[in-house]
Amino acid sequence: MEDILVNQISKKIILLGNEAVVRGALEEGVQFVSTYPGTPASEIGNTFFKIYKKAGVQFEFSVNEKVALEAGMGASFSGLKTLIAMKSFGLNVCLDALLPFAYTGSKRATVLLVADDPSCHSSAQSEENSRAIAFLSHLPFLEPADPQECKDFTKLAFKISEKFKIPVVVRTTTRVSHQRAPVKTEKIKKSKIKGKFVKNSKKFITLPPRVLEMKTELLDKIKKIGNFSEKSKINFSSGKTSQKQNLGIIASGVSYLYVMEALNELNLNLPVLKLGFFYPLPEKKIENFIKKLKKVLIVEELEPFLEKEIERLAKKTNCDLKVFGKDLLSQVGELKPEIVTLVLAKIFNKKYKIPAKNLNIKIPKRFPQLCPGCPYRLVFNAIKKTVNPKEVIFGGDIGCYMLAGFPPYFIQDYLSCMGSSIGIAHGIKKSTPQKLITLIGDSTFFHAGIPALINTVFNKSNPLIIIMNNQTTAMTGHQPYPGEEVKIENIVRACGVNNLKVIDPVKQKEFTKAIKEFLNKKTASVIIARRPCIWLKK
Amino acid sequence: MAKKIEQFNILITGTGGQGLITLLQVISQAALSEGYDVKTSELHGLAQRGGSVQVHIRFGKKVFSPLISPGKTDLILGLEMQEVLKDSYFAGSKTNFLINKNIIPIPFEKKIAEDEIVKSIKKISKNVLLVPAADICKKELGTDVVSGIYLVSFASFKNLIPLKPESILRVIKKIIPEKYLELNLKTFKIAES
Repeated sequence: MEDILVNQISKKIILLGNEAVVRGALEEGVQFVSTYPGTPASEIGNTFFKIYKKAGVQFEFSVNEKVALEAGMGASFSGLKTLIAMKSFGLNVCLDALLPFAYTGSKRATVLLVADDPSCHSSAQSEENSRAIAFLSHLPFLEPADPQECKDFTKLAFKISEKFKIPVVVRTTTRVSHQRAPVKTEKIKKSKIKGKFVKNSKKFITLPPRVLEMKTELLDKIKKIGNFSEKSKINFSSGKTSQKQNLGIIASGVSYLYVMEALNELNLNLPVLKLGFFYPLPEKKIENFIKKLKKVLIVEELEPFLEKEIERLAKKTNCDLKVFGKDLLSQVGELKPEIVTLVLAKIFNKKYKIPAKNLNIKIPKRFPQLCPGCPYRLVFNAIKKTVNPKEVIFGGDIGCYMLAGFPPYFIQDYLSCMGSSIGIAHGIKKSTPQKLITLIGDSTFFHAGIPALINTVFNKSNPLIIIMNNQTTAMTGHQPYPGEEVKIENIVRACGVNNLKVIDPVKQKEFTKAIKEFLNKKTASVIIARRPCIWLKK
Repeated sequence: MAKKIEQFNILITGTGGQGLITLLQVISQAALSEGYDVKTSELHGLAQRGGSVQVHIRFGKKVFSPLISPGKTDLILGLEMQEVLKDSYFAGSKTNFLINKNIIPIPFEKKIAEDEIVKSIKKISKNVLLVPAADICKKELGTDVVSGIYLVSFASFKNLIPLKPESILRVIKKIIPEKYLELNLKTFKIAES
């Protein structure tokens, strides 16, 4: 960890993909960093949180990803080099601000790091492929495969952003963000330029009719970045490319590493095109690569975005080309080296077998558990003691308390995205007289729960909302939360909630009494279950 | 100097909270210090709250994938026996197993007998070494939290990992917080004897 600030040139240090992004930003002289924690992106914020003072960087954990992006926009508009980091779902939260940001462009270099989680190792709500946002936003997307590329691509993203005045997205996945490998250090730069906002309504205001001119300018930038992409070394081919080939491979991100592993394993030498740019694609480079081939295999995780683009390009240059992709590789779940090896083995009629998982003893699944002494156990117990679970609907939200849905509790009937438990609770209570208790963590409440609470009061429904106030963002690694400055009970009261109690769940009698009382109220009720996470330093 | 190996794959398996990521850092940094290319893979987040954890470490002349392919593991280092069995499809007939003689019950499930687990693993590979690391650490040091460091050190002394014990020791000194360093250094020493 200390290594990340080492100012020795050409020293090889082992970094996590996320740490390599931090290092790349520091080497580019980043000045402002904002983020909201979310696995697999969390270590970017955690690392900056540890070093930002020493590194002379402004850093914040923002209330949510949209606010993080907006803060980053403000810093960029004021002339600071900016990095904003988030997980996949965070990109959805900030999308409303992201699209106009593509139009205004950045004033100073601005990089957005987005980490997807194929296979949903740490993602409850959907298996998101954020690359789709490239088509919607017209923002350049780069896809690193390993920590060295995490650093190099972050640096390149800063350079592209500076040159073309456009925010650039670096998109990773879990196996890139949480991969460790040696990374070669370069000098850390310290940017001396101070922030200054220079008024320019033509640049910073998106309103018609100017907004359509801005769109034209954006598309023009993307065309120029396309030419840049054609020449960029991060799109490169390797392997036997001289003579006419039967089959070539195109891959991006960590899939490329699996391809190389598979070729090694099967002792094959095939032409491989590795794409560092996902958007805009180096179309001429791809056309040159595919025109010599009879078949091409596209190795990408999740939806076949590259495959569709390459099919389109093949129609122009090589209409007999057979394009393989999702007919052989699943759209669901991450790829693995053995999966790619098996596909290539089949194509080349080579022997390869993945060992079977079945053993003669069945091992039960080891579910994650609440930590011993976790205050959430007290809340779950109080609920189960007080109500008949068959007669009450239980709402869930994003945080450690998702474990309410697992044994031995089983008190979770719906779960969606950050902050949604209250909004959905309101809709259910408007539709049916059934009783409803919903759980929401404190960080999640600040993130996206407050507008939903106001809606519940404004549009009049009566769920019982329990805010789990463990005084930290526990699940992602105990990042600080806004409650350090802003009292939750003041917000709840200001939202117009009259049935409010703040209770330490250790006081089980008081807690169960409050649940009973509030379940019979005609207006919305809130219990703030206040007891710190056991991992907080006292 | 000993001849550089082409490729070495280590899978560490256990449960959340057993310190697997520290072990991964110790081995990967030791491998880098001996001039190898290294790649590792790990998982973070809620999945780790006492759930199953598996980390991959690969080193050699040139490493592409951070993930090991099933069947291709040289050493499976197990901190919990049921987890070893669960991940044993990563092993082939030549894989070495170095296993902590330790079973952490899975809540609400029946415990599987030790000999049953060993019998099942031996069907895959005969090279199974069961070491009472947790018991040794508890007896000698008063805590089993260092069982993992014990096993990694043990593996380097017994040549189950092709890295020098000095390299492992150097990384332990570098990355373990001062508060716990003495305990870890003692663990390393005990593993030698």
